[in-house]
Amino acid sequence: MNNIQGKAWKFGDDVDTDAIIPARYLNTSDPLELAKHCMEDADTGFAGKVKAGDIMVAGKNFGCGSSREHAPIAIKAAGVACVIAPTFARIFYRNAFNTGLLILESVEAAAAIEAGHEVAINSTTGTIDDLTSGQRFKAQPIPDFMQKLLDDGGLMEHWRKRLESS
Amino acid sequence: MAQTITEKILAFHAGFDEVEPGQLIEAKVDIALANDVTAPIAIAEFEKLGVEKVFDDERVLLIPDHFTPNKDIKSAEQAKILREFAKKQGLKNYFEIGRVGIEHVLLPEQGLVLPGDLIVGADSHTCTYGALGAFATGVGSTDLAAAMATGKVWLKVPETIKVVYHGKLAPWVEGKDLILHTIGILKVDGALYQALEMTGETIDTLPMYGRMSMANMAIEAGAKNGIIAPDEITLDYVRSRAQRDYTLFASDPDAVYCKTIEIDASAIRPQVAYPPLPDKSRSVDQAAADKIEIDQVVIGSCTNGRIEDFRLAASLLKGRKAAPYMRLLIIPGTQDVYRQMIKEGLTEIFLDAEALISPPTCGPCLGGHMGVLAAGERAVATTNRNFVGRMGHPESEVYLSNPAVAAASAILGRIAAPEEVL
Repeated sequence: MNNIQGKAWKFGDDVDTDAIIPARYLNTSDPLELAKHCMEDADTGFAGKVKAGDIMVAGKNFGCGSSREHAPIAIKAAGVACVIAPTFARIFYRNAFNTGLLILESVEAAAAIEAGHEVAINSTTGTIDDLTSGQRFKAQPIPDFMQKLLDDGGLMEHWRKRLESS
Repeated sequence: MAQTITEKILAFHAGFDEVEPGQLIEAKVDIALANDVTAPIAIAEFEKLGVEKVFDDERVLLIPDHFTPNKDIKSAEQAKILREFAKKQGLKNYFEIGRVGIEHVLLPEQGLVLPGDLIVGADSHTCTYGALGAFATGVGSTDLAAAMATGKVWLKVPETIKVVYHGKLAPWVEGKDLILHTIGILKVDGALYQALEMTGETIDTLPMYGRMSMANMAIEAGAKNGIIAPDEITLDYVRSRAQRDYTLFASDPDAVYCKTIEIDASAIRPQVAYPPLPDKSRSVDQAAADKIEIDQVVIGSCTNGRIEDFRLAASLLKGRKAAPYMRLLIIPGTQDVYRQMIKEGLTEIFLDAEALISPPTCGPCLGGHMGVLAAGERAVATTNRNFVGRMGHPESEVYLSNPAVAAASAILGRIAAPEEVL
């Protein structure tokens, strides 16, 4: 069953964390404040245009640059349900998991899905359907260890359970 | 099995004899650090966990350096969260204004990060400490919160790219130029998920400040960590500063690398990285030929905010002035660097050159405060990132260079080679 469906927003390679959330707004960590400025320098007005459940489709090395967890927080709070890219920068990758932002790696989907296409995603199986073009893609499976963290409810829940049982 | 220095440090902290790339480990953390941007979220996550105390009040470090001195009310509120947490937890290494410096200049200087350490920091330039022969990597606030509470972090053992530098550096060529040149080869994702080990006879004679500029920018090639094996130069730096014991690790001669890159360092000219990515490096001669007029020069940051960086800039600025309408900002990395600048007469040289000397802060590097750019303005900066909007307006531009190129450019009002002002 597809549990995510929305419009695709396309971005290029090497989208950096300053593009996702400019550092000038990092004097707060309020998700809703951050969401207002999400992708502001790359696509002015993005935060006002994106609808809850929409999907970002980007090029390689998405989220490169700073360690700011404000980046996945801003994307998620802006309403984006999933980011699809061929590769993610490593700190962003960890941060996305830790903040509950769904990210999927797929070279093919990232290349083929066009801006404005309607996309449906099954987050359990990693199936990505481009409903506009009729193409289906399969995302890279989530590593077992990270899946286990997700099953525990995230990193902090994982630790809470471990600390309580010790 | 033969191991790289990165593998050995990770194995040591995970309690194994050896580890291999791809292996998931839970490793003991020596130091966990955060700043005024990342700590508030980490503290909130930590407090949600319900743990009373941090794992070690000497090993959790809070460094309010980004938007300090507090640039506005919101920043003051963020900084206050750090202060109150530090008081409540009795943290031994919280740095108040007047003592604080740019984290990655301050912590090595104070001997708080040492060879063989495993360091996680909620700041991507935490990789700077690899210059001391430590494994140091940037993490987000939630990972940092878990490390603050448990003293542990999960990591995937990275493959290692070895970069070997040969030959003697030409005049005005610095560690900064070596790393800009290297990122130009690797590109911004060329070392994604991997360790970047820097070695060779050029590194053997490279001073610590140059090594720190290099390890600092490993993240700009996507690397998990940058690392340089400790040697006599490292020990000379560390001995008088270390506040605890440390361990020296080195790669085995037959350690396995996923890739080896050989670079003739003697052929490298000072580099300038054009906007909007740190991998767009060209020689300064190309940049000078491009006649790029500039409005501001920033000398400082976690990449180039050490005393040697300012000596280099002062050697060109002595008896000269910043060009008309040029804003020349000098930002010493720490209070000790500031004091040393005064002792050596560098502040006098900078004041005579009509530079503004700022207190230690990350400030303009991330477009925070203390030198933000307007639309259409251009800066040369000794910082580490030149992304769109990094130093201010999305239509402003940042060119990255070493302090000598930055000083020469401030004098001439355009990007210039150091030789042009001599």
